Amino acid sequence: MGLLEGAMEDGFMVTSLEAAVNWARESSLWPMTFGLACCAIEMMATGGPRYDIDRFGAGAFRASPRQSDLMIVAGTVNLKMADRVRRLYNQMPDPKFVIAMGACTCGGGPYYKYGYNVVKGVDLVVPVDVYVPGCPPRPEALLEGLMRIQDKVRKMREYTKGNPAELPIPVRTGSVLLPDELSTPDKAIEFLKENKEKAKPAK
Amino acid sequence: MTAAEILSILQAEFNDAVTGISGGPELVATVAPAKLVAVCTFLRDDPRLKFEMLNDVSGVDYLETDPKKVAKAGFDPHLEVVYHLSSFTFPGRRFTLKVLLPRWKDDAVGQLPELPTLCGVWQTADWQEREVYDLVGVRFVGHPNLVRILLGDDWVGHPLRKDYEFPLEYHGIRCR
Repeated sequence: MGLLEGAMEDGFMVTSLEAAVNWARESSLWPMTFGLACCAIEMMATGGPRYDIDRFGAGAFRASPRQSDLMIVAGTVNLKMADRVRRLYNQMPDPKFVIAMGACTCGGGPYYKYGYNVVKGVDLVVPVDVYVPGCPPRPEALLEGLMRIQDKVRKMREYTKGNPAELPIPVRTGSVLLPDELSTPDKAIEFLKENKEKAKPAK
Repeated sequence: MTAAEILSILQAEFNDAVTGISGGPELVATVAPAKLVAVCTFLRDDPRLKFEMLNDVSGVDYLETDPKKVAKAGFDPHLEVVYHLSSFTFPGRRFTLKVLLPRWKDDAVGQLPELPTLCGVWQTADWQEREVYDLVGVRFVGHPNLVRILLGDDWVGHPLRKDYEFPLEYHGIRCR
């Protein structure tokens, strides 16, 4: 069935406790239901079957901060809401992570200059781990942000002696894995031409 | 029934408390603040008019903050509260009322201008007037619960006024 089927002699393997705990932690990040504005629609799409955030173990949206590890701040945070955002963040158990989703939460977005009631970036209210820009970001972008959080979890060394408790900065790769037919520009042009041929209506 | 006919009915009833302005795309009636409740009750109850519905209450701040453009602005600094009405008995019939107010009561800066509330005429005026109070700063006398509806209760100032200054900080959060 899976990769590990029949791979181990006696059904056990040796690893470090940290690696095991981090593996469990990164594959069960429970986000908080936290849609504030239009970005929430994209967050819901990410949770739906097409993009399926459940593949990363982060599909269990909790309605309570006490049960969640990840706060996806999806949407414009205004000053009246900022107090509540900070309060919810304080109510979450450690370790906790924050994704700032969308232009508004990254830095005020379109409301930067004339928005009298908009927080100019949610990092003024709570510490942010990953910024996902876009207005609103595509679900793929949010998934990428989630993967960067997972990178961060994977590098946690909280059981090692003498390690500082603070978390490392997430690794940002930025590279995209393209399928073989799109890997070079020439191949991509050929592929698109072929597609166009296929799309012609049959006579 | 056109806006001009509605206006003539109103003027026959209230004489010079109601005047017409035809500056915009349609004819608009301007009402003296003291007569506002009487005019609105008449508009709602008169069998010829029957405006049962208050669609919207909005506040407008007429102020040119740029001293170079003041001469060309074409208006003196003032506030306007605009009421949009429509009718169920006569579908499609609409009418717009305006009330002109000074920017500050008795020209004392900080004293909000006052206007009688329409909560007794149309229930929906309740929240609409709270919004106008919140953002433009018009005190509706007789309103049952005149507190801010959108911004926090401890907010200072009325943001849609043209001379509004953004706060530097709110609850420890940098705002500018």
